[in-house]
Formats: sequence, structure tokens, C-alpha cells
Amino acid sequence: MTHDEIQAKIAEVLEEALGCDEDEIVPSASLTADLGAESIDFLDIVFQLEKTFSTDGAPFKIDQGELFPEGLMDNPEWVQDGTITDAGLAMLKERMPHVNFDGFDGTLSKVGDLITVGSLVDFVDRKLQAAAA
Amino acid sequence: MRWMWIDRIVEHEPGARLVAVKNVSLAEEHIHDHFPGTPVMPGALLIEGVAQTSGIMVGAVNQFREKVILAKITKAMIERDALPGQTLRYTASLDRIDEAGAATTAAVELRTNEPDDDRWHAIGQVDLIFSHVDQNMSGLDFPEENFVFGENFRAILAASGLVPETV
Repeated sequence: MTHDEIQAKIAEVLEEALGCDEDEIVPSASLTADLGAESIDFLDIVFQLEKTFSTDGAPFKIDQGELFPEGLMDNPEWVQDGTITDAGLAMLKERMPHVNFDGFDGTLSKVGDLITVGSLVDFVDRKLQAAAA
Repeated sequence: MRWMWIDRIVEHEPGARLVAVKNVSLAEEHIHDHFPGTPVMPGALLIEGVAQTSGIMVGAVNQFREKVILAKITKAMIERDALPGQTLRYTASLDRIDEAGAATTAAVELRTNEPDDDRWHAIGQVDLIFSHVDQNMSGLDFPEENFVFGENFRAILAASGLVPETV
């Protein structure tokens, strides 16, 4: 599946899950900051992505925490005073290769804003390629 | 008044499907205000009935150990009013379940109970997302006690001839 085909399918999922307009769904749009996604919408989006990209022979399964690491606040090595530490940022970059961290100032509450339409497309693309390899 | 918007579970295929019925009654206080002189089952309470049906189906998958909370109404379409004396039937199907939660779909049907009409009429669909709230992304803590599947829920199961351990 090409990058454009993945993007088109993801746009359909986001239109349905978030009730946003097609022209709002651009690669740079943040799911939370621009498209109004709340935490529970991510559960809906994950379910819809699994349904959309699964085929009879190849189920597309997204594990909990795979798209977005959980339990960050519980770990003082990663978060101190509401800010992601250097170790935390290194962990995020390793676990979220689909996300562009350029310009990110380390504020914990802004981590969710890093998930953009483009990063979602990249996430699915990487998983499909890994499954095909 | 008890917050019970289904009267009886009539079918259960564990992990796949659960069917419940709700009899709409003039004895329900709210129906006289919705609307004065024209009593109609409120759509929001119909959705609550679907949520209870679907939620029991989801809870049964993990023997009611998880706190199953309605998180999102993905889709709700109701095309016909349900009136006193009529019966609603909710057929919930499990679309997807994992550690974080579940997605369900439900068909809503209506039987008028009129002498010349014994059919179930399809009148809508309600798709929902449930969260297993102890597994929530924000890491918030909730009480140990399972406040979701409490006394009312047990009463519904008992009235249906079921006990939690066997559902």
C-alpha cells in the first residue's frame, strides 16, 4: 500500500472518529490541538485503524502504548516537575519513531500534541512495512 | 427510580452477542414530561439501555472484573419513537476488545404490541466505545470496588435467570 493510499484511509478514519472536515486533515495537523481529539478518541482511532488495515491473512494489531507511551508521569526518571527529562525524551524518540520532535520544549502536557496526521500515516506505514518484511 | 434501562436479558453468546428487551411503561415518571400529553421514550435513555446491554456483554468477557465505562457514542441513529406499551429490543455485538476497552455495535428494534403486528421493526443503530477505566491512559486511580457492576446490575441478571459467575 502506498503512502498516499494509507493517508486517504487514515483521513476517512479521522473524519469518522473526530467528526472533522476533510480539508482540516493535513499532515501537519495535530490530532489533539488542531482536530480536537480527546484521550478516549485514541481508543476509537486505534480500533478503527486495526479494522481498516487488517486483511484476512494479516491482522493489523496495535498494542496498548505502541502509538503513544503510557504511564509517563509515574516514572521520575522520565518526568520531573511536569517536564520530560533528557532520559524521557530519549525514550520517547526511541519508542515513537513516527513522531517529529523538532521544536518540542519538553512540556509533558504537550506530548499528546505531537501526534499529527502525518505521524499517524508514518506509524501505519512502518507497521505495514515491518509486517511485510 | 432505579437506573435500569433494560428489563431482561433474553440471549447471550459470551464474547460475541447479548440481547435485551425494554418495555416502555406509562408508570415511568419522566415520560409524562417527555412530552406533556405525548409520552415518548427519550432517545438518551434508549441509548443508556443499549449501553447497559453492551456494557454487560463487555463486562462478561472478563468475568466483571474490569470497570467498564461508556466512553464514547460513536454513532446513534433512531428513526422512530418508542411509545408506552411498546417493547424495545437491543442486540449488541462485540466488535473489538482489548486491555484498554471495547467497541460495540447494537441494532435497535421495536415491537408495537398491536394485535395485527407481531414483527420486530428495525428502528436504529447505536455504536459505542467502552473504556476499562483502570487501564486509562492518564494513569488515574479509581476505587477498588467495582462500582459499575453493582446492585442494579445484579438485579437485572437475576431477573433474567442469570448469575454473574455464569454469564
